[in-house]
Parts: sequence; C-alpha cells; structure tokens
Amino acid sequence: MSTWTDIGPLDAVRRRGARIIKAPGQDLAVFRTIDDQVFALVNACPYRQGPLSEGIVHGTLVTDPLYNWVISLETGEAQGADEGRVDTFPVKVEGGRILLDTSSIYQRQAA
Amino acid sequence: MTQKLVIIGAGMAAGRVLDHLTDAGGDWDITLFNAEPRGTYNRIMLSPVLSGEKTFDEIVTHDDAWYADKGVATKFGVKVTEIDSAAQIVRGDDGSETAYDKLVFATGSNPFIIPMPGHDLDGVVAYRDLEDTEAMMALTEGQKAVVIGGGLLGLEAAAGMAARGVDVTVVHLMGHLMERQLDEPAGYLLRKALVDKGITVKCSANSKQILGENGKVKALQLDDGTELPCDLLCMAVGIRPSIALAQENGLAVGRGIHVDDQMRTSVENIYAVGECVEHNGDIFGLVAPLFDQAKVLAKVLQGEEAEFVNREVSTKLKVTGCDLFSAGDFADGDDREDIVFRDPARGVYKRLVLKEDKIIGAVMYGDTADGNWFYGMIKDGTDVSEMRDTLIFGPAYQGGTAEDPLSAVAALPDDAEICGCNGVCKGDIVKAINAGATDLGAIKATTKASASCGTCSGLVEQVLAVTLGDDFVMPTAEPMCGCTDLTHEDVRLLIKSKELKSMPAVMQELGWKTSCGCHVCRPALNYYLLADWPEDYIDDPQSRFINERKHANIQKDGTYSVVPRMFGGMTTPDELRAIADAADKYNVPTVHVTGGQRIDLLGVKGEDLPAIWKDLNDAGMVSGHAYAKGLRTVKTCVGKDHCRFGTQDSTGLGIKLEKALWGSWTPHKVKLAVSGCPRNCAEATCKDIGVVCVDSGYQIGVAGAAGMDVKETERLADVATEQEVMDLATAFMQIYRENAKYLDRPYKWVAKVGLDWVKEQIVDNVEERNALIERFKISQKIYQKDPWAEEAADKADQYEPIANLVLEAAE
Repeated sequence: MSTWTDIGPLDAVRRRGARIIKAPGQDLAVFRTIDDQVFALVNACPYRQGPLSEGIVHGTLVTDPLYNWVISLETGEAQGADEGRVDTFPVKVEGGRILLDTSSIYQRQAA
Repeated sequence: MTQKLVIIGAGMAAGRVLDHLTDAGGDWDITLFNAEPRGTYNRIMLSPVLSGEKTFDEIVTHDDAWYADKGVATKFGVKVTEIDSAAQIVRGDDGSETAYDKLVFATGSNPFIIPMPGHDLDGVVAYRDLEDTEAMMALTEGQKAVVIGGGLLGLEAAAGMAARGVDVTVVHLMGHLMERQLDEPAGYLLRKALVDKGITVKCSANSKQILGENGKVKALQLDDGTELPCDLLCMAVGIRPSIALAQENGLAVGRGIHVDDQMRTSVENIYAVGECVEHNGDIFGLVAPLFDQAKVLAKVLQGEEAEFVNREVSTKLKVTGCDLFSAGDFADGDDREDIVFRDPARGVYKRLVLKEDKIIGAVMYGDTADGNWFYGMIKDGTDVSEMRDTLIFGPAYQGGTAEDPLSAVAALPDDAEICGCNGVCKGDIVKAINAGATDLGAIKATTKASASCGTCSGLVEQVLAVTLGDDFVMPTAEPMCGCTDLTHEDVRLLIKSKELKSMPAVMQELGWKTSCGCHVCRPALNYYLLADWPEDYIDDPQSRFINERKHANIQKDGTYSVVPRMFGGMTTPDELRAIADAADKYNVPTVHVTGGQRIDLLGVKGEDLPAIWKDLNDAGMVSGHAYAKGLRTVKTCVGKDHCRFGTQDSTGLGIKLEKALWGSWTPHKVKLAVSGCPRNCAEATCKDIGVVCVDSGYQIGVAGAAGMDVKETERLADVATEQEVMDLATAFMQIYRENAKYLDRPYKWVAKVGLDWVKEQIVDNVEERNALIERFKISQKIYQKDPWAEEAADKADQYEPIANLVLEAAE
C-alpha cells in the first residue's frame, strides 16, 4: 500500500535541479524537470556512487557529476554504453506539494 | 540589302550586341541612342574607379573612335520619346526621327529609390552610373557617408568610399549581408572584413527617414530613433528594369519587357536585351546572362538560329580583401547535404550544397580560387560521388594517390591504448565498430574512448577510417554534442552574429534537436552567452557543472573542498588563524597547500558550505574560484622587496593582476604568475599568462601549459611599465574569453588562431586593445562579486536536504 509523505513545496526544488532527501539507509534525491515533472531516485550513481542530486538535469535525464554517466530519471537505468540501475520511488505533486511514496523506503529499513 | 538597326541604350548588353554584329560583318546601318552622354563602359568596374584603383578611361569599352571606325551613328544624351511601330520610326527629344527595320530595347534598369521622406534631398544618390560615382568620389577624407543596402552594389560603394578615407556606415534591412548570395557564416565573415576596413555595419536596421538641412542631406534616421549623420547618402537597394518607354509604346511588360527565347518582344521587329527584359518570369542583374542574351540576339538579327537559356550565375564581390564567391542554390533542405570547410584563423569558409550527388550551390569566403571549378560542375550537373571525400579541397586534390596517413594506425596492435583517460584499446574500438558504431559519437557512447579529455579524437577517427574503409567519411568538424550538428565555433559565431541572448533563443534559432540541451552543450552555451552578452544574459546555475553551481570542488566521496583567495599568494596571520578555526569547527579532515599558493580545505560536507563560507567571509576572505572555469590564481615570488635578485615588485604586480581579473569566467581555467627575475621562481613560463620581471621592465608570455601538455609560454610583448602589463593581460583575457571554444585552455586556442593574430589584435592595435579592456570591465561590473557571500546570504537553504525521513522513521 502506498504511503504518500509530504516532502515539501515544489518551489523548493529549482527547475532542472534537485534536492536531497535524507532517508534511512541511503539518501534519495528528488528531481524537478523544466516542465515540472518530479522524480525520486537513490542519490547515488551506480558507478562510484556520485551524488546524482548534483548532476545537470536535461530532459528526463541526469548526468552524474563525477563521471558523466547519464541516468534516466524515469527508470533509473544508465544510458548508452554504461550498465547499471538506480532504484526509483513513486513521487507526485499535489497542490504544489511534493508527495513521496515512502512505503518501500521503510520496508527497506525493516528488511 | 542594308538593314536599319536602332538600339536604345548603350549599356553593357548593347555594347556586346554591337561587338557581335560588327564582328560578323553583316550589312547594318546602326543608330545608337543613349540617355547618358557617353557610350558603353564596363559598368561593373565602377567600383574600382570609386575606390581609386582604376580610372574611368580604363573601363570604357567603346569610345568615339570605335563607333566611328565601325560606322555606328551615335545619339548620346538624346532621349527617345516615342516609337511609331507601324511606321517603324523612333523619335528623340532632339526632334529627330530615325527609321528602323529592327529596333532593340536595351534600356537597362533604374536604381530603386525608397520613397521615404527626404529621398529627394541633395546628396542622396544611387549607385548606377558615372555621375553617382563622381558624387561619391567628391567626398573627402573624414566626411561621412551612409549606404542603405548591404547587397553587392551597396557594399562595393561602401568599400570604395572607405578606401578614400570616408567614414562609411552600411545600413542593411536583413539579418546578414548579401543574404541572396551568402549564407549566414559567410555573411558574418564578410561583415567582419568590412568592419576591419573601418566600415560600420548595421544589420536588421530599418531606415525611417532622411533628415536634411537647407535642402541637403544631413542624416539618416532609423526606426529605433538612431540618427546616422552623413554628408552623402547612397541608396543601393536594388534595381528595377527600365520599362516605361516600352510600356508607353505598347510592348507587353511585366516586371520587365517580355521577351521569348529569341529576345523578341510582343511587337514585330522589336527586340529587347539586358536588364530591361523579363524572360520566363526571370529578370537579370548580373552580367553573365546579359552577355548570353546579347549573343543570342546578334544571331537572331542575322537570321541565324539561337535561343536564350537562363543558367546558374555566380557572384564575386569586387572589394579588395573581401574574397567571396557564390553560385547556385544554397538554401537548406531535407534532401540536401552540406560539405563545409572552415579555417577560422585564415578566415576561410567554403560550403558546397549537394543534392543527389551533384553540387547545386557553392559559397566561398576567404579563398575562392576553386570557385569556377565548382561553378562548372554546378552548370554541368557533374556527379561528384567519386570525389566527394576530397571535393572541398578543390581540383588540385582530385585523382592520384596521396600518401596514406592511416598506415601507422592500421599497423597498431589491438592492445595499443588509444584513450588514456578511459583505458580504451584499439581492439575495443574495432569491436565497437564491428558491432555497428560508425562515427566518433557512437564510439564515445559505446566505449567511452575520447569521451573525457578528447585529445585522442583524431586517433579514434583514424581507427574508424582504417576499419570502415570507404564507408567512413572523416568529419570536417565535430558537432558540439548530439543536440546539434553545429560546431562550437559555429555556435559562438552565430550567437554573436544573430545576437542570440538567451539559451532558448540559441536552441530555437540554431535548431537544437533536444528541448533543453544536455550536460555537454548547456555549460558551453551558458559560458558563451554570459561572455558575449554580459549585460543581457542572466547566468543559469542549472547549466553549470556542480563545482561552479556550489562554488566548491566536489570530491570523489561527494564532499567538497573550500579554497579562499589569497591575492598574489600573500596571506596574514589573521587569515591563517581564521582558516585554522574554520578547519576545526567543520571537522575538515585534510588541509593542503596548493600549487597556486593558497590553502585547500578538503572534505567539507555540502550542507556546511554556506556556514564555512560565512566564517571565512567574516575574516575578510572571498572565494578563490578554485572550482571555476575562470581566473584561478596569480602566483608570485617575493620580488625585490626581499630577494637580492628581484628586479621589480613581483608580488605587488601579482596582487594588482589578481584584483583586476578575479571573478571573471573564461572558456577554461586561467592561471597566472609573476616572477621577479629570470630565475623564475613563480614558474611564470608555463602559465596561461606569465610575467617575468627584468631590469628594463616586464616580459609577458602567454599560452603556456603544465598539465596534460607541458608547454613554455610564447612571448606576447616586452613592456616597460606595470600599467602596460595590466592592459595587455586584461586584453588577452578578454580576447580569449570572446573567441575560444569552451574548455580550450589559452594554449590550445592560441595554437588554433596563431599568436601573430593575437599580437595584431592586442599589441599592435591599441584601439582594439582598449576596446577589449573596456568590454572586460563591463563584464567585471556584473561578474566580479564573491559568490560565497551571495550564496550564504540568499541560497543557503538549497544546500540543506529538503526533507529528513530518518527522523520521521524514528518517530
């Protein structure tokens, strides 16, 4: 079952930017695209764990700030020659607030 | 039987008809009318007359002696007023009546005068005949002229007057010069060359009215209110076929006098030739088709078979030092392909437009030697698929076997490393090619070869060429990224010439294939825009790499390093105490002294950045921009204050330089040094800008490197005073900022444009140097500010997590 948790106002994340969500186990990052779509991913590139929240957001992709891996915000899959995947989490915007489905996050902690 | 031939007009087409007829030796009784009080001269050579390179006598093709010799009766200065086509008689304004068997209209064209207010003022001329030319030649050095029209004629008029020392401004309605003959990059180069000749060029400028005083022209006013003062105004906005006489006398006309393939008009025994005609909907302004018409008409008059076929024409501009050529059709289209060659340092641009393996258009600037060869192939519809690879280099490079530059690469073993950054061997690249990669981009995407520093791109391309053979076309220039086919150089050029002042404008106008770019193009565009339009463009942090967005260097564990600026490598006990306190307070694990003479605090957590900055700001320190493609450090030795060898105040000069230059963004990082004597303790001879003090003054070197490549600086100039060092260093910064490709260090950029060019611009040309310094100062007004103070004050929250689910989970 989904557990929608209010993360904060949409305006707190810049367009084509991201903010970190401190989470049990591993930090997440919430991204906002130029057309106000939001995505939540684990804040670590599969390659050497670069903080994706600090990457350049283009379209629905983010580029790892350390080694230029390009990660899909929609699927978490690495693009091009690189192979790897980051976990993604359901997230949505309602009434100008960002809501994150935290059910799987807490399960992860419990496991 | 002798036939009576009357020709109205003695322009170039008429002159050519006469040449053919008299050469053929037919039995003609010819009368030539001309409203201008003279016979035929080479009108297209009026420009060299205007500029003083030729005299009028030199361009006369048919003088009085010629007409007398050939038995042509001339009526110069006589206007034809009426034609009685039933009686076959021509009446002139001198009251004469001349009978004809055949009549030829060669009335040419009239310059188009825009009917704007003031067009009838004294001093407003066209550029058509000797009278106009003489009016322009009467201007003396220092007087001002405005030319409306940036086409062939307008520019020739402008250049001719400028050659006489006249202060000329060209006002052009369209976005680039000669837009009918040139594409945008060539138009840009042309503009640059004209500006170098001292001509002011205003494109996209709409004239509103001509202002006068006592009936004489005084200024041109544009619709944005700008007033351009002038002593003479030349309107060169085009020509219109001169058809009034034909129309009044019942000939069928459209835009010109209608003629068929035999140059026959709608009235029997009346023909027309030259700029006055309209043939199959086309009218004519260039000389080549006019001469074709003249040849056809001469044959037809002699009863021979001939038909006029309009053909592709080529254009050359007769302005000394502006070498351009254009022919055919060079509009973009889905079914067309381009081959482009550019040599920015020499100002050479060549573009061929291909359609179905044939050249359909050619534009060349700077080196037009092969123009006619291409033109010939356009006319003949030559299939060029066989020579496509080397086509752009011209006829000298076709056929024969050149030495194979690829043999060395072909001989490399599979385990030879091609890309040192990413550890990619030749075998990996070959494997990727066999799996379907056919170009550099695909190799980059699939193997990462050349994806980091890029210096191996050439090698990778050679591996492609060896492996793919003929299937691989060596690109002439690599596009900026997958979002565009344009190179960095193209984009920079177009940002300036099209005055693109925002990222959406660039992406829209230049046809970006993605909606908002990518991590490759966005940082470059952000830089180009802020460097070219400091007062208009708003810096976009989201298009900067993390280091420049967070004003700190990200480390491999996601922590940051913090480096406060120490001007000229000088510090104080108070600053050192504040740094030590900050290191303690924020649990900085590593404190390192950098090669640029300052202190690096490594391992600072992202969320602590605003706080540590505030502490350092409070102690009087600002960001050292150790993370920036910008001015990094000015390294110094202690100089003559302490050192027994020191010849000048090297630390003092270093501090002055750093205070002037800090905060500026550049294509790549820039490091300076000032050494107090040739022992060079500050290692100035491997810096981007390095100053070595000597007894007599200062040796300024530029374009050194001590990174991926090691290279000694090249001498820019030797100067006597600190002020000259400041000026030249500032001008060098600005010319590099305005011209280099993003991520080219100065040494790479100088290698492309040549140090001689840089010297010409900033050492020899004092005016340009001062203009560069001025533009640098304008940029510094906006960008020389401490980012730490700004971020700590306004944006600190962005450095914090947006939410903390760890706490919620614990509750």
